[in-house]
Amino acid sequence: MVIEGLKYTKDHEWVRLLEGDVAEIGITDFAQDQLGDIVFVEVPEVGRVLAKGEALGVVESVKTVSDIFSPVSGEVIETNSKLHEDGDEFTPELINESPYEEGWILRVKMSDPQEYKELLDAESYKAITEEA
Amino acid sequence: MSNELLRTPLYDLHCAEGGKIVDFAGWEMPVEYSGIKNEHLTVRSRAGIFDLSHMGEFLITGSGSQKFIDNLVTNDLYRIEDGQCLYTCMCRESGAIIDDLIVYRFSEDRYWLVVNAANRDKDFAWVREHKPEDVTLEDVSLQTALIAIQGPKAQELLQPFTDLNLQNLRYYHLAEANFKDLKAVISRTGYTGEDGFEIYVAWDEAGKVWQALRSEADCLPIGLGARDTLRLEAGYSLYGHEITEETTPINTSLGWVVRFTERDFIGKEVLKAQKEAGIETAIVGLVMEGRTIPRSGYTVSADGEVIGKVTSGTFSPSLNKGVCLALVKAKYKAPGTHLQINVRSRQEGAVVERPPFIKGSIVK
Repeated sequence: MVIEGLKYTKDHEWVRLLEGDVAEIGITDFAQDQLGDIVFVEVPEVGRVLAKGEALGVVESVKTVSDIFSPVSGEVIETNSKLHEDGDEFTPELINESPYEEGWILRVKMSDPQEYKELLDAESYKAITEEA
Repeated sequence: MSNELLRTPLYDLHCAEGGKIVDFAGWEMPVEYSGIKNEHLTVRSRAGIFDLSHMGEFLITGSGSQKFIDNLVTNDLYRIEDGQCLYTCMCRESGAIIDDLIVYRFSEDRYWLVVNAANRDKDFAWVREHKPEDVTLEDVSLQTALIAIQGPKAQELLQPFTDLNLQNLRYYHLAEANFKDLKAVISRTGYTGEDGFEIYVAWDEAGKVWQALRSEADCLPIGLGARDTLRLEAGYSLYGHEITEETTPINTSLGWVVRFTERDFIGKEVLKAQKEAGIETAIVGLVMEGRTIPRSGYTVSADGEVIGKVTSGTFSPSLNKGVCLALVKAKYKAPGTHLQINVRSRQEGAVVERPPFIKGSIVK
């Protein structure tokens, strides 16, 4: 499933534009399906400054570890507390169950909003998943 | 060798069932169907079925068979009688492990060697090279399909399909029996830590066995992903991970399948010397203290010094924790020892625990 109105990367991240040039980032439905049962997520520290393309953390399923690459440049302003490994609400399966909503991973205050515009639209991303 | 991937007779059924297919040891095999966690937990609570038709089977017959096989393997073949199975290693003169395998003894002059799919060609070449005149060797792998049923309910679910009284088939024993109207070999063996059976039938008949267990007994199909997490929780070694040609049974905690009696076998001298000198390394089980997951290749440290590496690691669906097997210096093998595993440049705590990590239904 690919959602209209979001932007995508070829590495299977999605980006939702929030108010004030904030990008909300997660991994796509295709990615979670490929990975299988997700059991661990490593999210970056709030305040960390990311460059576009930088590995910002990992998603682990039972069988494998996958890097998450930052689709845009900017500062991490929030991470999904339900994915925090030391948190009481730790429920990484949210990424399987709701990859585009409850399974969001982090929010970044973009330093170069132009980067967002250059990401793939839903149609282009869908074409990539159909080729795979 | 061709690069063409092989398919088991159940390939189409796996696809129809929605199995995700991967390349495994030259075979197109299902890695998961309904999800590794679900498959894993179903085997622990009820039972599941596995297509293991990619495994290799060599038929060895003739009057010299017993002596021949005994000389090839580290375990003592004279310990088993007709209708028994024996887990063992097969080593080079150097003690290097060529493969781990199970010997099936049908009679004094008829055996199967059941070997890892990845090592089938290598193993066959080795066995053929050493074969004497009075022994006949045949690779029957592509004529022999293998379906396993594993789980606490395995006996109950399998019993309606065979006249063999499964209650009387003990652990690591085999019988030539029937599955419905098919000729089968059934053994009480497995790789999950649960009770269970392995059912061998003719290649083209595999679909009948699979569909009967799937539809009539409502057994969930289990892919290679859960097979791996199940065996890891049970603490079983896997070729290419715990067991490699770079090491020996003595130094990978498989000393229990090496029998230094009067018998002579390939590798005996080196292995005996190693044992007498004292083991250098051991395979240990480790349970993570936090939520990170150890993976194959991660380094293991004690007090800042690297003392080994993870050979297989995963998230344990039964324990909801990261667990692994690791090859470490022998002095760190005691249960309760605190070690550190390097996970993405962070030192994460882990405690040595003697596997199995779970209490399975296996009856030995």
